[in-house]
Amino acid sequence: MAKKTAAIVGSGNIGTDLMFKIMRRSTNVEVKYMIGVDPASDGLARAARLGITASAEGVDWLLAQDELPDFVFECTSAKAHEANAPKYKAAGIHAIDLTPAAVGPYLCPVVNLDALEDVLNVNMITCAGQATTPIVAAISSVVPVDYAEIVASIASKSAGPGTRANVDEFTETTSRALEEVGGAKRGKAIIIINPVEPPMIMRNTIYAAIPAEAAEPGELQDRIVAAIDAAVANIQDYVPGYSLRVEPQFDSAREDWDGNGRVGVWVQVKGAADYLPEYAGNLDIITAAATRTADLLAERMDANTSTPVGA
Amino acid sequence: MSTHTELSVRLTDTTLRDGSHAMSHKFTEEHVRSVVRALDDAKVEIIEVTHGDGLGGSSFNYGFSLTPELDLVRAAVDEARNAKIAVLMLPGLGTIHDLNQAHEAGASVARIATHSTEADVSIQHFQHARKLGMETVGFLMLSHRATPEKLAEQARIMADAGCQCVYVVDSAGALILDDVSDRVSALVAELGNDAQVGFHGHQNLSFGVANSVYAARAGAKQIDGTLLALGAGAGNSPTEVLAAAFERIGIHTGVDVHGVMAAAEDVVKPIITRMPIMDRASIMQGYAGVYSSFLIHAERAAERYGVPAWQILEEIGKAGYVGGQEDMIVDVAVQLASGARVA
Repeated sequence: MAKKTAAIVGSGNIGTDLMFKIMRRSTNVEVKYMIGVDPASDGLARAARLGITASAEGVDWLLAQDELPDFVFECTSAKAHEANAPKYKAAGIHAIDLTPAAVGPYLCPVVNLDALEDVLNVNMITCAGQATTPIVAAISSVVPVDYAEIVASIASKSAGPGTRANVDEFTETTSRALEEVGGAKRGKAIIIINPVEPPMIMRNTIYAAIPAEAAEPGELQDRIVAAIDAAVANIQDYVPGYSLRVEPQFDSAREDWDGNGRVGVWVQVKGAADYLPEYAGNLDIITAAATRTADLLAERMDANTSTPVGA
Repeated sequence: MSTHTELSVRLTDTTLRDGSHAMSHKFTEEHVRSVVRALDDAKVEIIEVTHGDGLGGSSFNYGFSLTPELDLVRAAVDEARNAKIAVLMLPGLGTIHDLNQAHEAGASVARIATHSTEADVSIQHFQHARKLGMETVGFLMLSHRATPEKLAEQARIMADAGCQCVYVVDSAGALILDDVSDRVSALVAELGNDAQVGFHGHQNLSFGVANSVYAARAGAKQIDGTLLALGAGAGNSPTEVLAAAFERIGIHTGVDVHGVMAAAEDVVKPIITRMPIMDRASIMQGYAGVYSSFLIHAERAAERYGVPAWQILEEIGKAGYVGGQEDMIVDVAVQLASGARVA
């Protein structure tokens, strides 16, 4: 099939990493436009060198073009996406939102893409959300999860000004996604920014409360481990640097855990170094997830001929 | 006559926050009431009450609170006649929502903590705390990891966001004497009249009180302690020793020395389950520069995975993990137990 076209809105670290990711790894999508607001941005300069139409005149310029893209990837801020989303919708463009705006439903492509009907605007949660919701979803596919908690550690050098200014938004969005996408009854997310040199590779620890019997060796526990392993393999398909640091660790039920046991999963996300170095697995996993989402949606769009999916 | 006679500092007691680590976050409302009453009677002006890891700290990663921390804050506010009740929060763990709830519960001082080089994550929280009308304090944790110049630059970010006193926080108990005065002096020079400077010490290398004296002489105006040194790692600078030592060298605190000694001996001692000590593991924390609250988690991992706690902590220090990364302890312990190279 002919490749679908995309515009990347936001020419910062995420937008630039995404541009390289789509160019190098996407099967069904090509970048046609790179849109920023700062004419001096490195991302716009790189896009122009690669033959992509780059503009510093923002979304209104994009929407005034004769050839509109099939997809727009929002890599600006939650506030900007809230303003832009209705315009994309009116133009019938699929929006893949990499900000925490959550205009559309939270999406992790290996967990809930098939379950979503209206996909004209989807939200990619956060980097930690992409790294952890599939593991929580895997566990909750086997046993009920009363509570899931994640700790994401990222290198200081990979934490951009947007993350730093809105750290509450990051934890709250990720917490909600542990519930809505991961299937936990209650979610909690913690983020740590570590400045050590050389920079640490992105890490995520996932703890899930599980029924007492599942925390003891046996069939249930084996099924949890198998579900986690399958989730890891699915993610590795588009994030090759995603791996378990150690085998899942099970802790027996405790009274102060409301009688639940616990499974702990330690994940490392080494980036593909498409733009920022490999420590920035946090960038890699969200741009890789966005690319995978667009590829899958492009297949759906072709299957549904010319009607935008969910429109 | 010595110029030191004109110095004064305000003591903040954090037995009911940093001490929560040593209690595995099992303080009860009754504990809080009795400690607050004794501190208030001894004229301690600021009393911090929160989960050891701050608002929202109750979790798998840091340990669940026996009693919801807001209930403890409310009890403290109810019990205090003169003292103000402070809460700690770490952006990335606690949120503005938590701060609002603590404010509604009656807390009037917001102490907001970041790693020593990451102050910009706290800007929204300082702005909000000031909007709520709370007094603000900034914590630059693991201050040994930043040079005095770098620390001063980070203190400026906090002060510009609305922080009224920036603390040099020796979370690992790794600073020794001049390390403290150099940092405090750099902050005083940077902040001038824009904000005060404070110091929070730990005993891992036994310098908590001595470092506090150096801090006060370098211009710090707020000093933290806990009764009986109850706190993370080998414990904090003991409030009762700070009060006695400062009085002896003519630094005014306004605290009743006999009162805080009685509070430590008669009120806190019967409550606690563990006396903080300088042992192999906690000394290693000071030596290797490891965040003090990792201690009990490392001891638990040591027991489960059969590797010494001091060795886990040494590896944590080499890897450069920061406050909040307690989850790395199991990872390190499992790697050590399997004979793998860790860092």
